[in-house]
Amino acid sequence: MHDATHAVRRRRDLIVAAVFVALAACVPLFVKDVYAQNIMVLTLMYAGLSQSWNILGGYCGQISLGHALYFGLGAYVTAILLTKFGVLPWFGMLAGGIVSALIALALGYPTFRLGGHYFAIATIVIAEIAFLLFLNWDWAGAALGIDIMVREDSWAKFQFTRSKLPYFYFALFFAAVAWLVTWWLENSKWGYWWRAVKDNPDAAESLGVVVFKSKMGAGAISAFLTAIGGAFYAMFVSYIDPDAVMSFQFSLLISLPAVLGGIGTLWGPVLGAAVLIPVTELTRSFIGGSGRGVDLIVYGSLIVLVSLTRPDGLLGLFSRKRKVEAAR
Amino acid sequence: MTAETIIQSLASGLLMGLLYGLIAVGLSLIFGLMNIVNFAHGEFLMLSMYGAFFLFAFFAIDPLLSMPLVAAGMFVFGAAIYLLIVRFAMRAKTNVGMVQIFATFGLAIVLRGLAQYFFTPDYRSITHSWLGGKTVSIGGIFLPVPQLVGALLAIVAFGALYVFIKRTDFGRALEATREDAGAVALVGIDQNRVFALGWGLGSALVGLAGAIMATFFYIYPDVGASFALIAYVVVALGGFGSVFGAFAGGILVGLVEATTALVMPPSLKAVGIYAVYLLVVFIRPRGLFGSI
Repeated sequence: MHDATHAVRRRRDLIVAAVFVALAACVPLFVKDVYAQNIMVLTLMYAGLSQSWNILGGYCGQISLGHALYFGLGAYVTAILLTKFGVLPWFGMLAGGIVSALIALALGYPTFRLGGHYFAIATIVIAEIAFLLFLNWDWAGAALGIDIMVREDSWAKFQFTRSKLPYFYFALFFAAVAWLVTWWLENSKWGYWWRAVKDNPDAAESLGVVVFKSKMGAGAISAFLTAIGGAFYAMFVSYIDPDAVMSFQFSLLISLPAVLGGIGTLWGPVLGAAVLIPVTELTRSFIGGSGRGVDLIVYGSLIVLVSLTRPDGLLGLFSRKRKVEAAR
Repeated sequence: MTAETIIQSLASGLLMGLLYGLIAVGLSLIFGLMNIVNFAHGEFLMLSMYGAFFLFAFFAIDPLLSMPLVAAGMFVFGAAIYLLIVRFAMRAKTNVGMVQIFATFGLAIVLRGLAQYFFTPDYRSITHSWLGGKTVSIGGIFLPVPQLVGALLAIVAFGALYVFIKRTDFGRALEATREDAGAVALVGIDQNRVFALGWGLGSALVGLAGAIMATFFYIYPDVGASFALIAYVVVALGGFGSVFGAFAGGILVGLVEATTALVMPPSLKAVGIYAVYLLVVFIRPRGLFGSI
């Protein structure tokens, strides 16, 4: 990889991202429709979540199908601290992130020793255990969940009775931060370690890459960011229960944008979310009551098609050059 | 808790466990053959259950009789999935792990969506089959007839599978391909054909399990998800790819589930199974009965 072009590409990525954020920030000034704004909030949130997932699943190659655990933990820690102890959601968000990162480290210790399928299934199983425990945990609301009363418009309490705009701007901020963290990590020694671990763990080990520590780092960062997204979601929908924040569906929705857009790439999760979320929401509302299945059929087919024809994701469609670079 | 309740629940755990083994063995067979985990395995089970349901609802064929039909249908379906999807997923050069997981994962989502769309999310059940709702008392222990028949069926199926793998040409080709696919190609066995038949056979086995389960379990589009997770646990316990490990793994999982249900609230009984999975792979990453 040529050093100069590499630096130029990185700077160009940063500028493109800044332009995107600036443009996105203006969109709600023109789009006042609440339904459309709702879709935009979700799209940005999943872009950020999938970007977080991508750090572990894409760059480091550890396919997690259990990120609902960290998403749910972020949501639960925030909601519990707020409703039971009156802690402002901003601190709750941070606490949720830290709790998730610590749990990711604790779980990573045994699971990162597992290979491919064993690891993926272990992540499903762990998230499912947490789901069942929360479903039966009375203090945390059990199946009834936790209702976050929205009484006022307040940035301090991060709740807004009418406008969706504050949520939109936070989701944009979240997606931008997740992107920026990835951008920065990509060029750090961690980024190189992760790619080495993903391509060939044994070779990486022999070249002095600390494989296990690399995975732990990726897991903790990924879990922390995912939990921030979960905390945001709890405040956004202002009601959580295990089904609403910790079910397997979220593990899917968190990983799919990255898989579709381009796994282990900087722009993949953003592109994937921009395609997947509006398509899902729109098919759902067009088809209406005649069955929830259509959204599943649409994105299931997309995943199969992309896996079979474009293993490097939809991003590969946009520029061959980038694809060649990515393959290197 | 009396000794009787313990024996009672262990007995039903054993029956369920044999069925879990039957559900999982197809998954294990396919994995052993080509190192691919079919993440749509639960949806194969779901389709089989719907197959038995519709044959009953439209043609009044009892699941006991429609079982061969369902298995045959699943054989064709499984082989077709291999030829249409999995064959191409195996050719991936980049992101190999991701492609292998998400190709069948995407299929699972599509199948679930199709089921919701065409069959609606309603819970169905086969109301009055020959087996359904009956119990039999053996030495004071009450056993539900559908599970009992399912367990016997599982034993028979495993026996037949054993004979099949050891005694027939295809069975030997299957074993040989598991051992060394490259060398098999050299002696003139069409690897693609073996793989397709392997997928067919694995799917037919889950078809048998689905038909019998339709007599005592609700049938709905998401029904496969929880059984798939159990099947992964069974296969992991038995050692991925070991067909007869799945038999032993199934029994173990059934007993663990029954024991968990004795000491914990019923809604948490799956936790015991999942915990066993984690325990086993943490200690022995290749499963209890897997070769190292």
